[in-house]
Amino acid sequence: MPNYEELQSLVTQVRRDILRMVHKVNSGHPGGSLGCTEFFVALYNEIMELKEGFDMDGKGEDLFFLSNGHISPVFYSVLARRGYFSLDELNTFRLIDSRLQGHPTTHEGLPGVRVASGSLGQGMSVAIGAALAKKLNGDDHLVFSLHGDGELQEGQNWEAIMFAAGKKVDNLIATVDRNGQQIDGATENVMPLGDVAEKFRVFGWDVLEIENGNDLKKVIDGLNEAKSRTGKGKPVCIVMKTEMGNGVDFMMHTHAWHGKAPNDEQLATALAQNPETLGDY
Amino acid sequence: MKKYIDQGKQDTRSGYGAGMTELGRTNPNVVALCADLVGSLKIETFIAESPERFFQVGIAEANMMGIAAGLTIGGKIPFASTFANFATGRVYDQIRQSIAYSGKNVKICASHAGLTLGEDGATHQILEDIGMMKMLPGMTVINPCDFNQTKAATIAIAEHQGPVYLRFGRPKVANFTPADQKFEIGKALQLTEGTDVTIIATGHLVWQSLLAAENLENQGISAEIINIHTIKPLDDRAILDSVKKTGCVVTAEEHNYLGGLGESVARVLSQHHPAPQEFIATQDTFGESGTPEQLMDKYGLNNKAIEAAVLRVMKRK
Repeated sequence: MPNYEELQSLVTQVRRDILRMVHKVNSGHPGGSLGCTEFFVALYNEIMELKEGFDMDGKGEDLFFLSNGHISPVFYSVLARRGYFSLDELNTFRLIDSRLQGHPTTHEGLPGVRVASGSLGQGMSVAIGAALAKKLNGDDHLVFSLHGDGELQEGQNWEAIMFAAGKKVDNLIATVDRNGQQIDGATENVMPLGDVAEKFRVFGWDVLEIENGNDLKKVIDGLNEAKSRTGKGKPVCIVMKTEMGNGVDFMMHTHAWHGKAPNDEQLATALAQNPETLGDY
Repeated sequence: MKKYIDQGKQDTRSGYGAGMTELGRTNPNVVALCADLVGSLKIETFIAESPERFFQVGIAEANMMGIAAGLTIGGKIPFASTFANFATGRVYDQIRQSIAYSGKNVKICASHAGLTLGEDGATHQILEDIGMMKMLPGMTVINPCDFNQTKAATIAIAEHQGPVYLRFGRPKVANFTPADQKFEIGKALQLTEGTDVTIIATGHLVWQSLLAAENLENQGISAEIINIHTIKPLDDRAILDSVKKTGCVVTAEEHNYLGGLGESVARVLSQHHPAPQEFIATQDTFGESGTPEQLMDKYGLNNKAIEAAVLRVMKRK
């Protein structure tokens, strides 16, 4: 039984980290990061089986790939708070000589990151490759991936979606962050995605939906349900509805905070809505 | 002049297939991917002997490059193969982000490079791939010259840690390098010793350079032929040592003169030992349909063109 109180404290603290990181360098992507905070906290602290330390091959543990790399703030905060690197290093986000690049990379050797992402639409293919390697190695651990919904407009995803079903990559759980927003506005205005779950289904995936991806218990239940469906001949997709900017009232219900940092006053308001729980970095 | 004997015409892509067959038997971490071109890439034996280590991705090259990147996570050595056009231009950003920038140990194996693909025409005849690939930080770029060298290169790159672009071709051409010659990445091969001109050639143009050198010898011109199979990292030392002796150079490649081997050689010379250079390469153009021989003749990529370039460059000394 998960300790929801502890995990919820972590969620709040991660939100503070995200806000402070992007505020400090006046750049970065708070909207999607805040929307996926429950997902990352659940994944790294409740769902995935992880070894101590980090090695690139990740044999004998679950793996995660972030395809929509621009939500690096939530990724970095959760990795640091899971012990992959020191919390202090969050101070270097987007600064010169940092391992915490604007978008996640392996180039500077940041523990926890296994592929660069940022140019969208590539992560599912990489996750499939890692899942195939696990099968070849007789490693029964799982591969998780996260994708923005707008990112599904990139055609490579559909090549990957077709492959994963056609080749029965059933040790893969791909989650789509269905927040309905992208840089230029609502996804359904920019380029309608329609019924994402149904699209995955007709491609041959086992699909489940998390109706509220900002409800920690629902996220954990959904991820556990997804795990129970692996190994049955189909890749598993979670369509997870989230609210971009969740946890900060003025950042919600808009795409405006996709890639914009709060000013001093806005930061103070946002932090007041997310009081310190586990100690700021 | 040292003579080379054609041991019988073979396609370099079959050299790749033979190398893959051997790797299938000797290196359990090697896996192969292909985008609906198994027959063209000559990897049927690898697949028949190691079906579990082969991934048919269909006509989806972007996905193939991403899957290859992912397979390295867990220790596999993926050989992702298709036509050179679809292995580079079509998927440049996938190679850039998921493979090169991510430092993944993927071998991009590209057949049907250049004009000698022939009748399919310019949509399939890429002449820009060396340029694209050599610009990627950390990418090794190799263009072997015959069956034996392609087989040896295929085997050698499995031992190399890091991304590699291996470029080869479709037509049956002379097979003249020794079958037992060890392939050393980044090490140029001096094929003939000469004093009047250096010919630096890669891929299919190496045999054409040997043919040109024979004719030149009859005219009393002594050509030193350097086979550059590794365009990046380039063997600067071998180039400089030869050109310091001969005083001029002709570069020869089945590629656009912009971005190819010739430009890499010019960079080395301009930095360390400026010398007259002529470029045997396509002149910023697309190809067209035709037989390989017709195309190489029309676009000036054969022994006759090399011979003429040698005469031109020697006058500029």
